[in-house]
Amino acid sequence: MWEILFSTHHTDVGLLYIILGLVAFMIGGALALVIRTELFLPGAQIISDPNTFHRIFTTHGTNMLFLWLLPFASGIGNYLIPIMVKYKDMAWPKLNAVAFWMIPVGMALVWLGMADFTWYATPPYSILSAKGPAAEMWIFGIKILGLSSILGSINFIVTILKMKHPDLPLMKTSLFVWATLVTSIMILVALPTFTAALIMLFTDRLGVSGFFNPNMGGDPIAYQHLFWFTFHPEVYIFAIPAIGMAYELIPKFSRKPLFSYQSGVTAFVLLSIVAFASWAHHMYATGMDFTMKTTFMIGTLAAVPASAMHVFNWIATMWGGRIRFATPMSFVVGGLVLFFYAGAGGVVNSMMPLDFLTHDSYWVVGHFHLFVMGLITFAFLGMLHYMFPMITGRMYNERIGMVTFWLLFVGVSMIFLTQHVLGLYGQPRRTFDYVPVEPLIVMNQISSVGAWITGAGAALLMGNLIYSAGKGKPADMRDPFQLGEQYYDYTRKEPHH
Amino acid sequence: MGHAMIEWIYVGVVVMLLVYLGAAAWDVERFLDHPPKDSKVIKVTGQQWLWTFEHEDGTREIGELHLQEGVPYKFEVTSRDVNHAFNIPDLTVLIDAVPGRINTVWVMPDATGEYLIQCREYCGFSHYQMRAKLFVEEGVSNVSAPIETQDIPVVLPATKAAVVSN
Ligand code: HEM
Ligand SMILES: [Cu+2]
Ligand SMILES: [Cu+2]
Repeated sequence: MWEILFSTHHTDVGLLYIILGLVAFMIGGALALVIRTELFLPGAQIISDPNTFHRIFTTHGTNMLFLWLLPFASGIGNYLIPIMVKYKDMAWPKLNAVAFWMIPVGMALVWLGMADFTWYATPPYSILSAKGPAAEMWIFGIKILGLSSILGSINFIVTILKMKHPDLPLMKTSLFVWATLVTSIMILVALPTFTAALIMLFTDRLGVSGFFNPNMGGDPIAYQHLFWFTFHPEVYIFAIPAIGMAYELIPKFSRKPLFSYQSGVTAFVLLSIVAFASWAHHMYATGMDFTMKTTFMIGTLAAVPASAMHVFNWIATMWGGRIRFATPMSFVVGGLVLFFYAGAGGVVNSMMPLDFLTHDSYWVVGHFHLFVMGLITFAFLGMLHYMFPMITGRMYNERIGMVTFWLLFVGVSMIFLTQHVLGLYGQPRRTFDYVPVEPLIVMNQISSVGAWITGAGAALLMGNLIYSAGKGKPADMRDPFQLGEQYYDYTRKEPHH
Repeated sequence: MGHAMIEWIYVGVVVMLLVYLGAAAWDVERFLDHPPKDSKVIKVTGQQWLWTFEHEDGTREIGELHLQEGVPYKFEVTSRDVNHAFNIPDLTVLIDAVPGRINTVWVMPDATGEYLIQCREYCGFSHYQMRAKLFVEEGVSNVSAPIETQDIPVVLPATKAAVVSN
């Protein structure tokens, strides 16, 4: 049992990633429940100090992006990529373990520090107002997590391109392999910019430089460009692995071949390139001139057809299939529905005049959560259930699985669709309190009740998996979901290998 | 291959829709981006955690702003410390207040009343309370040349209810 901590085998490291991701998902979720409970009514409810509230949402956001989404995707990649490219392990197993073990260190810094400058860490606030050592701990935590991400990406790229079985052409590998490849390359291109900005932010805080400090002739807007040059592509870095998982599951559970492999690859490659042309759509309100705004609007809209191609491919695959709505498929299809709403909201954001309604309001919170919680988390949870027999040799309880799916789907829709409306009523994001008028109170309450339902669903889901890992029925390892095709061609490592 | 054909048609439709939406957005923004020549200038300064306004004649207001109906105003927005965002949700006015920069945004209030002004960019401890009141009063003089604002959705009915009442 404990040897897994010292193992460098790809499934062991993969399992560590998955467990760490799930732990982060749970504790980050607990913070979200605190936030929503606080906002159930206007006025202070369970938190008396706004600064505590700010620390909580900063840690919640940082945690969910860097300690849930990224590690979990790496975990599934660790499990599946070597199997899918028919190699015995990752290219560099030791590096793989090192990349993993950097994460708990970064995690400790982020959680123990609990910075208050939001996951943007925007200057001048982050230079002039944010308190140390929390701010420094956040900066170094993120640096370590970023480095881990880069090492992991290099390992994936080399494993896929160099260790792939010579008889297996790249164009015959699973689309999940393509998703991981494209994501890893994007990480290498996107991350250095913010890495540099973080060092500049740190020296600005020390007072030895003034890159972003207007009192020293610096320009705070420059930071936002560096930040979003990394983090707009990063939203696709979060999303593409989830899209790859949907490609993995939809044909299997539709019991029908994928509609078009070619279209999937094309859309991945397109998305990974166009994603770099839209970062300043987060900055329309910073005072950009008209030409810049137009340019970035076009860049943003240009990414939409690629996303639309994925959706088309999935629907065309399901069309006329004998779909089996077991838990994994339900999560993926639920995620697809939320993805559709999210994309529509995104198009609204990118249209310049409309963004002045939505920007920095609760609308944006609703928008990106439909991606990160809707599409991405749902696909992750679907994949987790699908891989459960492979990881544990047992089956989870299917009936409870479906209950958890419906709790999460209803809860998430309640939280985030209403937040779009809150945004249109003008409630700013990142606020400890709101104007006590009827529509705001009602919408906030629906959102909070949705959060509690989601919380109950997530707790039940974890209960189901933890219980079944020890006590579940042994799975039929040839075809645990009765899909009429071979499950992953892989023999489970017995304990004490 | 019929398959590929369907997908091409689908992508074509999506692209056409996006081109249409993009062009419409461009057309509206082109108008909104240019304040009318006869706009009155209001200097807006954000600081942790209040708003200060200065009229053309040099009068200053803190936490309150009095404007006249039917007059175009150009706000010159800046900040004294960290980033804020100057926001009048009912009038769809939103622009960041950034220290060291002056950003502009304009509006012509078309109904008298009391409106909420708030900060919409996280700025620390009392960000959530960084509010001010806008009073739009009846115009004293009949302001000359009316400008074409008819088909620009400057006021969203849906946001009316959020007018500050306390
Ligand atoms: C594929 C997954 C996507 C993810 C994960 C994602 C995520 C995000 C995130 C995290 C933000 C929040 C920025 C903030 O905190 O203010 C955001 C904002 C935005 N998203 Fe997306 N997004 C995705 C797709 C799209 C698409 C397809 C579009 C447009 C067609 C879009 C357009 C926008 C725009 C314009 C904003 C800025 C809103 C504002 O702050 O005013 N996004 N998105
Ligand atoms: Cu973006
Ligand atoms: Cu503020």
